[in-house]
Amino acid sequence: MEAKKIVDALRQALIEEMERDENIVLLGEDIAVFGGGYRVTEGLLDMFGEERVKDTPISEIAITGAAIGAAMTGLRPVLEIQFNDFLACAMDQVCNQAAKVRFMLGGQVKIPLVIRAPVGATGRAAQHSQSLEAWFMHTPGLKVVFPSTPYDAKGLLKTAIRDDNPVMFFEHKLLYGAASPGGKAKTAVDDLNEAFKPAPEEDYTIPFGIADIKKSGNDVTVVATGFMVHRCIKAAQKLGEEGIDVEVIDPRTLVPLDKTTIIRSVEKTGRIVIVSEDVLTCGVASEISAVVAENALFYLDAPVKRVSVPDTPIPFAPVMEQAVLPQEEQIIQEIKSVVYRGI
Amino acid sequence: MDKETALFMYKKMVQIRKFEEKLYQLFLTRPMPGSMHQYNGEEAVAVGVCAHLNKDDYVTSTHRGHGHCIAKGVEINGVMAEMFAKKTGCCKGMGGSMHIADFSVGMLGAIGIVGAGIPIAAGAGWTCKYRGKGQVSVAFFGDGAANEGAFHEGINLAAVWKLPVIFVCENNVYGFSTHYRRTMAIENIADRAAGYGIPGMVVDGMDVKEVYAESGKAVERARKGGGPTLLECKTYRFMGHSRFEKSAYRTKEELEEWKKRDPIKLFEEFLLKDMKLKRQELDEIGADVDREIEESVSFSERSPDPEPDDYKKYIFA
Repeated sequence: MEAKKIVDALRQALIEEMERDENIVLLGEDIAVFGGGYRVTEGLLDMFGEERVKDTPISEIAITGAAIGAAMTGLRPVLEIQFNDFLACAMDQVCNQAAKVRFMLGGQVKIPLVIRAPVGATGRAAQHSQSLEAWFMHTPGLKVVFPSTPYDAKGLLKTAIRDDNPVMFFEHKLLYGAASPGGKAKTAVDDLNEAFKPAPEEDYTIPFGIADIKKSGNDVTVVATGFMVHRCIKAAQKLGEEGIDVEVIDPRTLVPLDKTTIIRSVEKTGRIVIVSEDVLTCGVASEISAVVAENALFYLDAPVKRVSVPDTPIPFAPVMEQAVLPQEEQIIQEIKSVVYRGI
Repeated sequence: MDKETALFMYKKMVQIRKFEEKLYQLFLTRPMPGSMHQYNGEEAVAVGVCAHLNKDDYVTSTHRGHGHCIAKGVEINGVMAEMFAKKTGCCKGMGGSMHIADFSVGMLGAIGIVGAGIPIAAGAGWTCKYRGKGQVSVAFFGDGAANEGAFHEGINLAAVWKLPVIFVCENNVYGFSTHYRRTMAIENIADRAAGYGIPGMVVDGMDVKEVYAESGKAVERARKGGGPTLLECKTYRFMGHSRFEKSAYRTKEELEEWKKRDPIKLFEEFLLKDMKLKRQELDEIGADVDREIEESVSFSERSPDPEPDDYKKYIFA
C-alpha cells in the first residue's frame, strides 16, 4: 500500500531494508515494545525480533557510542534519538567520534550509521522543540537529511541506510501523521495538498545532494526545509493569485547541499527568500545565503532574505510559540518585500 | 603459564618499553610532530589482557595508546611511522599518537576523548554477540574515564545486553595531575561493577601474571555468553602525563617506590627464578627488539610525507 504519511513511509523503508540486509539493526529509547515515540518502529519488534530491534536505556552517550562501535565492526545500525534535542547529550559521540573516526584513522573504517531524530515545535517548550540541523551541518564527516514528504522520506531513508557514512536524518513532528497511543498527536498532514507526495510500495532510492523543485516559478526563489516547505507552497499559491510567480525549492539534504539548483534558480528569478525552522544565527538559512552571495550576487535584484526563528529558545505558551515560528502570512510579506519591481 | 606464552608476553612488554624510550629520545633530540602520552610502567596491563585475544577480537584504546596497539599486534613500523606523521603510518598520517588503529588486527583505535571508547567497545561487543562466533571486545581506559558519563552508560548498556566486553580500567593513580582520591570517594573503581550487576576485580597491574590470570577468566566468561567484567588494574605511569610534563604534583619518592615494582623487572625475576630461563635468553629478546625499534625509526625516516591534500580522501567513504 502506498504510504500517505511520513511515519508509514519511514516504516516501509526500514522494513524493506531490514528484509534486504540482516546487518541492519535498530536501537533507541522505547522503539521496540512501545513502537517509538512517533510510532515509526511500531510492529518491527514482532517482525524482526529482539536481536534486531532493541529498546535501550535512556543513555544517549552509550546508545550512540554503541551504534558507532557496531557500525565500525560490520553492522548497519539505525539509531532513533527520541527528540533531536537529546542529541546534545550525545554530542561527543556524534561529532568527535562518528564524524571523525574514519578521517583520523586514514580511511580504514566505514561508519554506516543512521541517526534519526524528530525536530520541530509542537507545544513542548524549549527542550523538546528545536530544529538542530545546522549544528550537524557545521561538523564535517556527517551527512544531513531532512525530508518534507512521504515520497522523499522513504527514498532518502533507504539511501541513508545504504550509505557508508554517518547520516543525521531529521523528521518533522507535524509531518509524521501518526496518532500517539495516548491520543491524537498534533499533525499538519490533514491540511497538506498534493505536494505531500505519497511513497509507493516499491524499492526506490533518492540520491543525496539533489534538491527538489516542489513548485516552479519565475519571480522569486524560495528555499525551504521540512514543514516550512509546505507553508511556503501555500504562501506561493496565494501569491500566485496576486500574480507573483514563486519557485519553491526543497534541498532535501543539507549535507551534501545542492548548490547548483539554488544558484540556477536565483540566476533566473534574481530574488531569494530562505525559510527554515531553526534559529537565525549560523543557521540553515545563513549557509544558503552565503552560497547565494558567493555564487550569484550579480544576479540578485534584491537583498537575500532569511525567515527563521529569531535568536531565542522556543517558548511554551502557544501564542508565543507561534509568534517565533515563521508563519504563512509572514512568509508572504517577506516574499513581497523582495519582489518589488523597478526603481 | 607455559614458556611460549611467557616469552611472548615478555617480548611484548619489552617492545612497548623500548618503543616508548626511543620515542622519548626522539622528541628530545629532533622536531617531532605533535605530542604523546607514554605507557611506560603500565605494560603488564595491555600485554596481560591482549595475550588472550585473537586477531578478530576488538580493542578500543585511549590517548595513552601505544602499548595497547603493540600488545594487540599492530606492526611497530606502522605505529612509529604514524608518530612521524608519514604516509606509511598505520593511519597514513591522519591520526598521530592519539588515534592509532589497525583494523586488520582488531585495533579499533586510540580515542583522544576520555571515556569515549567505552560505549564504542560495547557496540563492538554487540556485533560480536550478534555474529555469535565467540568474539570479544575490550575497552581500555584510565581512572579518569571512570568519572565520565560514558563509563556509566557504556558499562550499564553492556551489562543489561549481556555483551561480551571486558572493561579494563588502568588506574595509574593520576588523571593528568589529579590523584584519584581527589576525584572519587571510593578506593576501588572495581567496586562500581556491583552497581551494574557484573563481576568486578581489583588486579595488581604491575604483575603481568596476575593480569593474565584474571583477564583470562573475564575473556572466557565473555566468550561463553556470561557478559561483561570490570577489571581494575592498579598501575602507575613512570613518565609525565604527556611529552615533557614534569609531574610536580607527585613526589620522587612515590615514583621510586612504584619503580621498585617495575612490571618488566618483576616479570624478569619470575622468568629467571621460577621458570628457570637464562639471562641470555632475555637479553637476546632485548637485542632483537632494539633492532626492530631502530628499523622502525629508519623505516619512518625513509617514508614519504602525505600529500597536503590527502585529507580530502578521508572525510567521507
